[in-house]
Amino acid sequence: MRLIKKVGDWFDARLQLAAPIRETMEHPVPRRTASWAYVFGSAALTVFMLQLVTGVLLALLYVPSAAEAWNSLQILNHNVALGWFIRALHGWGSNFMVAIVLIHMVQVFLFGAYKFPRELTWMVGILLLLLTLGMAFTGQVLRFDQDAYWGLGIGASIASRVPVMGPWMVNLLLGGPIIAGATLSRFFALHVFVIPGSLMAFVGLHLLLVLKLGINEWPMPGRIVRRTTYLKEYHELTRKDGVPFVPGAIAKDLFFSGFIILLIVVCAAYFGPFGPSGQPDPTIIQTAPRPDYFFLWLYAVLSLLPPSLETPALLIGPVIALAVLVALPFFSGEGEKSWRRRPIAVLTILLVAVALGTFTHLAGYTPWSPVMDAWSSEPIPARYLKGRTALERQGSLVFQVKQCHNCHALGGVGGQRGPALDRVAVKLTGDQLIRQVIQGGGNMPAYGKNLSPPETTALVAFLETLHPAGQAPARDASRAVESNVHP
Amino acid sequence: MTVYDGLSRRRMLMKLGILFNAAVGMILAVPIVRYILSPVTRERKPGYESWISLGPLVQFPEGQTRLATYRNPVVNPADGETANIPCWVRHVDGENFQVFAINCAHLGCPVRWFPQSSLFMCPCHGGVYYADGSRASGPPERGLFQYRYKVEQGNLLIQAGEMPTTGDPTARLTNISIGRPPCA
Repeated sequence: MRLIKKVGDWFDARLQLAAPIRETMEHPVPRRTASWAYVFGSAALTVFMLQLVTGVLLALLYVPSAAEAWNSLQILNHNVALGWFIRALHGWGSNFMVAIVLIHMVQVFLFGAYKFPRELTWMVGILLLLLTLGMAFTGQVLRFDQDAYWGLGIGASIASRVPVMGPWMVNLLLGGPIIAGATLSRFFALHVFVIPGSLMAFVGLHLLLVLKLGINEWPMPGRIVRRTTYLKEYHELTRKDGVPFVPGAIAKDLFFSGFIILLIVVCAAYFGPFGPSGQPDPTIIQTAPRPDYFFLWLYAVLSLLPPSLETPALLIGPVIALAVLVALPFFSGEGEKSWRRRPIAVLTILLVAVALGTFTHLAGYTPWSPVMDAWSSEPIPARYLKGRTALERQGSLVFQVKQCHNCHALGGVGGQRGPALDRVAVKLTGDQLIRQVIQGGGNMPAYGKNLSPPETTALVAFLETLHPAGQAPARDASRAVESNVHP
Repeated sequence: MTVYDGLSRRRMLMKLGILFNAAVGMILAVPIVRYILSPVTRERKPGYESWISLGPLVQFPEGQTRLATYRNPVVNPADGETANIPCWVRHVDGENFQVFAINCAHLGCPVRWFPQSSLFMCPCHGGVYYADGSRASGPPERGLFQYRYKVEQGNLLIQAGEMPTTGDPTARLTNISIGRPPCA
């Protein structure tokens, strides 16, 4: 024991760090901040450290070459003892890190922690969020599979829409004219050197600011932040009702961090690693690329925006969102901190959460995409074929063979790009059906050139049978008058 | 006679030192920036594109649309399979062809040809094109990208080398009829 103390003293006589470290650990924090609401920042830091360690472990075997990366992941998954587990830890760690960073941000926003004097802490936090999302995207690229390949294509297509600079930005992003070896190498450099280095530096700055300015006190309704008096009030609070950070407040941080790591371990062990999906061979076109979980909402937005709005929304939207986030502490730097007195803040969070949740949910079943194999793999329900004439059954064949089923559902299966056709005969008359099939319109291709007249006749005959049993199909009243036939 | 006191002399030396380092930094920055921009500037005059053969014409029967692949003309050993690029070849008649890029004009996903309904469909965001590459429906704002082609000694050649993207105005890839379907 005395030896350890002696060695410790020897080092500290030279480093002189013991006193400042003790002072930092024991700095007083407001008593109520020793709360489960304040554990997300430290958890994000813990997961970041897990990512650093598992990342280095993966780099021992990963080959950042477009020709070899996919194979090296297969070797990690199958040929190396517990290689799959390290990959799973890194993959699940990234999902947890994005989630925890977002929760941390919501908590900080709702608790008014971005207000005076912590504006800079908030802005560094936004940068850390961007860097974290940057890690998530570049990491998805390093899992160099089909999704990564076509995801890069989407990134390049978005970059190309920047006015004037677009084509240059594509070349700069890809490191050449196509998605290839140079592309993977530069994303490797970003994911392994540039972004983690920046993350470490800015996490350090973020923590320094938290220490210098003190942790945000528990917001009380009616306790107003004023630039002139806040610092004095805060010091009063920590002096009168403070506890030393260690051991007064750190216990919940420790438990939560440990719990999160345990959760990542359990997810990794139970669900296993993410992919890789198919080889990054662009000639394999039988693929439906999907982004990783945290970019699914963007996938949905890109599908649902009207075409004319897309480029402005893609290029200007993020700039506005960032500007609002950065400017937030300046136009709302004082006043109420408590969420109980900030209904608009709470509504904003709810709105954003509902929007992101809805888009993510939609991206889970992509109603905007044709189901590419519905025409050959989803049969027409038998009840639509029983007791039909030969012509109507021939029409059902046309429906399948001409891939109508890829975009139109029948009996709940098939594409959802166009409307489901189970009741189409109630809505459109025979003539209207012919017009719609041949001329298209309303986002439907025109089939005039691709259907022979007999095929059209058969198809429409089939479509005219699609109405509920007790409900008559639509009819053209003027036709009835003209031919003097009363129904 | 002017007497410089020590402090301001040292200050001036420090400023000179900073200036010197700024100059050295500039000298260093030029090659670094040039290096970083090399994908943009390299071979920009002739461009990345050149004429490549897609194979003999017999591979592309008249009236049909077939998938063809070529090895990208700009290629490095580390590229592996990623330098194998697919495209759709439509043999209209005689020596009339249309060669479409695989990339959807919306955000670059691979479009698939359905000969039964004569449509190209994109699996990502639901873009659809007619047989001649013009836009049928969905989010794309234009038709499919087309390569320039020529027929030489019984082979179909295309001018290729760069991934086509929506914002590329170089117009090596010709823009074709935008918007409305032929009958509407």
